[in-house]
Amino acid sequence: MHLEVSQLHKQFQTRNGPIVALKDINLHIEEGEFVCAVGASGSGKSTLLRLIAGLETPTAGEVRVDGVRVTGPGADRGMVFQHYTLYPWMTVAKNVGFGLKLQGMPEKERRQRVSYYLDVVGLAQFAKALPKELSGGMKQRVAIARALASQPKILLMDEPFGALDVQTKETMQQFLLQVWERTHTSIFMITHDVEEAVFLSQRIYVLTSRPGTILREVVLDLPSQKDYHIKRQPKFQDYREEIMGLLRGESAEALVAG
Amino acid sequence: MSQSSEFLGNENVSNSPRMLSPTVFWRIAEDIPKKLSWTLIVLSIAIPIALWWLVSEYIATHYEVYAIFLPTPLRTLEALQRLWSEGILLTDIAYSMFRVFSGFFLAALISVPLGVLMGAFASWRSLLEPIIGIIRYMPAPAFIPLLILYFGLGEVPKILLIFIGTLFFNTLMIMDAVKFVPKELIETTYTLGGRRLQVLLQVILPYIYPSIIDAYRVNMASAWNLVIVAELVAATEGLGKRISIAQRFLRTDEIFAGLIVIGLIGLAIDLLFRLLLKLSCRWAT
Repeated sequence: MHLEVSQLHKQFQTRNGPIVALKDINLHIEEGEFVCAVGASGSGKSTLLRLIAGLETPTAGEVRVDGVRVTGPGADRGMVFQHYTLYPWMTVAKNVGFGLKLQGMPEKERRQRVSYYLDVVGLAQFAKALPKELSGGMKQRVAIARALASQPKILLMDEPFGALDVQTKETMQQFLLQVWERTHTSIFMITHDVEEAVFLSQRIYVLTSRPGTILREVVLDLPSQKDYHIKRQPKFQDYREEIMGLLRGESAEALVAG
Repeated sequence: MSQSSEFLGNENVSNSPRMLSPTVFWRIAEDIPKKLSWTLIVLSIAIPIALWWLVSEYIATHYEVYAIFLPTPLRTLEALQRLWSEGILLTDIAYSMFRVFSGFFLAALISVPLGVLMGAFASWRSLLEPIIGIIRYMPAPAFIPLLILYFGLGEVPKILLIFIGTLFFNTLMIMDAVKFVPKELIETTYTLGGRRLQVLLQVILPYIYPSIIDAYRVNMASAWNLVIVAELVAATEGLGKRISIAQRFLRTDEIFAGLIVIGLIGLAIDLLFRLLLKLSCRWAT
């Protein structure tokens, strides 16, 4: 067992009383697996990721990585956000190496590691560029390289491609799969884009809204070596329709109830 | 049918929709041509000087009795030259600058850690914001009598006045800058293995560096205001003192000369800070 979330419960206090963001969440992610969680906005999916990262503390339940209980953020769980991901005053290379510097890695070793991961994300020739000189997709690649440079046990991604245009998004998805295959890092990604989830992952957790619970776990039986052509295959579309249906029924219910 | 179309058909409205008329001068939040910009900059200085020159010459020739109240630009320039050649001006500038820089330097030094603490930690904010909120509304010049009572007439009360007058605004501006550091950036640092002290020193501090320089630039102006006030009250030299001596002898030309020097030094410092910002914060623009 690699990452295990058990009986996770998160409640926020607001002015209008307590709100249950997550309820009875049980999930697991194995070594080297690529798992997505999809849900509408308000499903608490970002909260789930933040709890795993240790950026928030659960009201009840726990998160364990390799059996060790998570009590706070650490470099064993790398994180990629959607916005404001890079340190604007650092070059690309310094951004990628910053985590290693924080952890006290000697400079020589650090430089080797940085150049390796810059190569992995295909940005070696941009090592000396500043973030403001990069496109949105390149910025996210730097953020991914920076998270991977610490060689985390799991990479957590919070809608990393949500702010990108459709073409860039497709390229980035393909790119992420290549990176995953090359580094064998476990990835847990949150998205509201069902097609993205089906394309990228091996397993999908479908979340309900208010409170966020796991509605269904869908194990995908698609080839691991894939490119965007797969999106046209009937099997791919069946998965997509199935999950969209789940979410649609869920949001219709929410309308009636709400 | 025809009646209704006649009723509705205001052809002016339907055929030519209202559009924004084109303009150069009145474009909101947009740049204007470089040439126009430079013309306006020159006019901004030239018009007041021309007005001053015309009015003072007119008074000097037609109402000679009152000429003493408004010196001509030429007489002001002569006064400037006289004060300079006698060495008085340089001594005054040196004294005023020494006071401004000492007081401001102390305030700048303390306001950074204080502002960062208050911006980063709600606990420090709760502890310090109420008291700073009250003190900053006390006009700094109102502290002069106390400072003179406590520290006499030397340099200490003047430097302390500038310190008091700039510390709190500097601190609050830096605090606000820290609040604008994106939370994602801080959280990313945690997930990269960063500790809290590292976040403060290696993420928050570099991020707010441009804001710190800008806060210094803005508050430097009030430091100059305060040094003149302090010297008007109690000093033997300094630009403020020169002005108050000139008043006693009705030397308006020297008052004008003093004012112009103060303005020019202020402008020079302002431009220096802007240059520093431009040179060191290539990443921010």
